[in-house]
Amino acid sequence: MSNFSSIAFYLPELLLVLTILAVIVVDLIPGLKRFNWIIALAGIVFTGVLLYGDSGVSESLYLGTIASDPFAYFFKWIFLIAGFFTILVSRHTHALRGADLPEYNALLLIVVFGLFLMASATNLVTVYLGMIETVSLPSYVLAGILKNDRKSNEASLKYVIFGAFSSGLMVYGFSWLYGLTGSMSLSGIQQGLAGVQEPLALYMAILLVLAGFGYKISMVPFHFWTPDVYEGSPTPITGFLSVAPKAAGFAILMRFFYSVFTTNSLTTIAGVDWLTLIALLSAVTMTFGNLIALQQENVKRMLAFSSIAHAGYMLMALSILSPDAIKAVMVYLTMYLFMNMGAFFMVIFAENQLNAHTLEDWKGLGRKAPFLGALMVILMMSLTGLPPSAGFVGKLYLFAVVIASKKFYWLAIVGVLNSVVSLFYYFRIVKAMWLFSPADPKPVKADSVIGLSILLFTIPALLLGIYWTPIINLIDKSIGF
Amino acid sequence: MDNLHSYLIISSILFSLGLFGVMTRRNGVAVLMGIELILNAANLNFVAFNRFGGMAELDGQVFGIFIIVLAAAEAAVALAIIINLFKNHETVNIDSADQMKG
Repeated sequence: MSNFSSIAFYLPELLLVLTILAVIVVDLIPGLKRFNWIIALAGIVFTGVLLYGDSGVSESLYLGTIASDPFAYFFKWIFLIAGFFTILVSRHTHALRGADLPEYNALLLIVVFGLFLMASATNLVTVYLGMIETVSLPSYVLAGILKNDRKSNEASLKYVIFGAFSSGLMVYGFSWLYGLTGSMSLSGIQQGLAGVQEPLALYMAILLVLAGFGYKISMVPFHFWTPDVYEGSPTPITGFLSVAPKAAGFAILMRFFYSVFTTNSLTTIAGVDWLTLIALLSAVTMTFGNLIALQQENVKRMLAFSSIAHAGYMLMALSILSPDAIKAVMVYLTMYLFMNMGAFFMVIFAENQLNAHTLEDWKGLGRKAPFLGALMVILMMSLTGLPPSAGFVGKLYLFAVVIASKKFYWLAIVGVLNSVVSLFYYFRIVKAMWLFSPADPKPVKADSVIGLSILLFTIPALLLGIYWTPIINLIDKSIGF
Repeated sequence: MDNLHSYLIISSILFSLGLFGVMTRRNGVAVLMGIELILNAANLNFVAFNRFGGMAELDGQVFGIFIIVLAAAEAAVALAIIINLFKNHETVNIDSADQMKG
């Protein structure tokens, strides 16, 4: 579709851009400055309304560089929900009081826009633009938004060094892919792959591209930045980064590998079985994430390692790369959005009210705030994957795909063993909260917005474990590139 | 100097130098220079492939322009972060940021 007629299908993104501009401009007007968060939230809500109007559309926009399809549509909802609650909660995060919040909101909205671009990119240029410029660059700044906080500074430094490096590797891989196949668009690359004469060069190019994508989803061995960035960033940003860019990373990984490889027989490229490689990486990623998480005392850092493990679980289905596998990853991402962000909101609550960072500080938290403590138990159950919780349903779909493919039985066994390991450290949090009496038994009350956000994210984390048909119906409609 | 191979060799040399720089340098600014070299290697590849690969469109060269712009934006953000590092630690040695471990 030509540039001009594409605009009609690009309205949600355009509104998001307008919102970003409005937030920046309003920041300059003294009397209106304090309303910027309302504008940001309203912008996201109206983007959601426009997005809803786009449901069912499947078009290739801007001369085939961007797709507006059900697949992207589904992921855009995840980004909007994550962005909305991050902006909402950030206002009530005590650690962010020194930060320039209008600037922060604008940057966050730019990241959301970039994530939209990432989920719908069908061309190497848009992949690169979405992933690097519009997602990564503002994320580096957001991680270091607390300028005088050494940890925040360290987080942004490590993020920018690793991020720029892996994006450099990825774009070098892109250049070879372009040279070998003669095309920038994913469909063109797919057609060009058949005629590639130098398998070794292709092998290298795909590995480099995998490095770039693997960095975004924090796949071992490209995960080194994850724990430090997650620990050092302001907690709302950590929650956002652990869900939204990861979902976008999986979206682009699935779109890329599915549209480029499945029609050509994947196993023949350069004599390397790519699916087995991804299966191995998946096993290593989840085992590594879980084993290191066991030793963590800092709750935020523990959740960072656990998010590496969750990426490993999702990679498990990617090693099958069938429509069913893509569906399973999307189910898991939905569940993961609720349970993981809920857990990070709980961390914000603990930091706000008690300045609690380590498990030691969390001791007795359940008795001081019984209701939120109970919600945290549900979230931890969900993250572990115990029935009846959303996490259980997510894992069920992932394991079902792996077992049904009859290819990687061992991977399913590794996955189950890993879930058992994760039970141990998630329940260390529960144990700290409930089995110790607090030093100071005075009850603590959460800020109402944060308490409500925890509740709003815990309800789906439990409810989707009991009744998940609507989500499956939505996802069934969303598998179409 | 008028065939694809010489350009590819130069770009892979650039890439290796950049990789080496990122791996060995501890000065934040020098690490950034290594990353620039990697990006330029990719840039050279794109333009060379476009020129000699018989591509009808100019998309490789356009990608090259995008990389130049992005490299500048990335350098701006990264340098700002390194300046902030200098304010907090009074050094640009990236190993000095080592509060978080484990």
